[in-house]
Amino acid sequence: MIKQYETVFIATPVLSDSQMKEAVAKYTDLIKSNGGEIVYEEDWGLKQLAYPIQHKTSGFYYLIEFKADPQFVGTLETQYHRDERILRFLTVALDKNAVAYAEHRRQTRAAKAAAAKAEATRTEIVEPAASVEE
Amino acid sequence: MANVENNEIRYLNPPTVEVRKKKYCRFKKAGIKYIDYKDAEFLKKFLNEQGKILPRRITGTSLKFQRKVAQAVKRARSLALLPYVTDLLK
Repeated sequence: MIKQYETVFIATPVLSDSQMKEAVAKYTDLIKSNGGEIVYEEDWGLKQLAYPIQHKTSGFYYLIEFKADPQFVGTLETQYHRDERILRFLTVALDKNAVAYAEHRRQTRAAKAAAAKAEATRTEIVEPAASVEE
Repeated sequence: MANVENNEIRYLNPPTVEVRKKKYCRFKKAGIKYIDYKDAEFLKKFLNEQGKILPRRITGTSLKFQRKVAQAVKRARSLALLPYVTDLLK
């Protein structure tokens, strides 16, 4: 059985760009190697935390939407627990309304990004950079 | 109530009748089915200044969606998108 999930994790702000990329790659590879399928990824960048976690006041947020077997979530979360770079994580299963919402959110964000890009370059609207995998 | 024969109750001031606007559930009205925990700005509408969740009697949210709002707020708190305790939120 395959379900759709969404996971957000917060990595420590001390990581460099390449370290952050490596951390992200680790989890995307983990999902793929366990028979999962990445639906969407989103980098929120460095954000201020609403309250300090492990004496840190900011963190890198990263969102991954994926389809996988429910048993895989346990392994993913074990990896999160063992990883010292991860301050916090949250994995939620998406029901049909959530999937519809996520789809809509993705499209509006892609459209917005495209519009911003078009505005900046003053060229005709290009295809959204974040291509949607189905 | 006593039966007043000659119906002549006089008020000094005309009685003020408050017409309260009926509350409604914004999610039902707008047809929103999923409440996103990632949208902290939206969830702030359901919090008071200390970051506590407002009761249904104030926001008018239906029970079904109040549960979802609560769920979303708690998820947002755990991801440090919203504070657990604070002063002067907003």
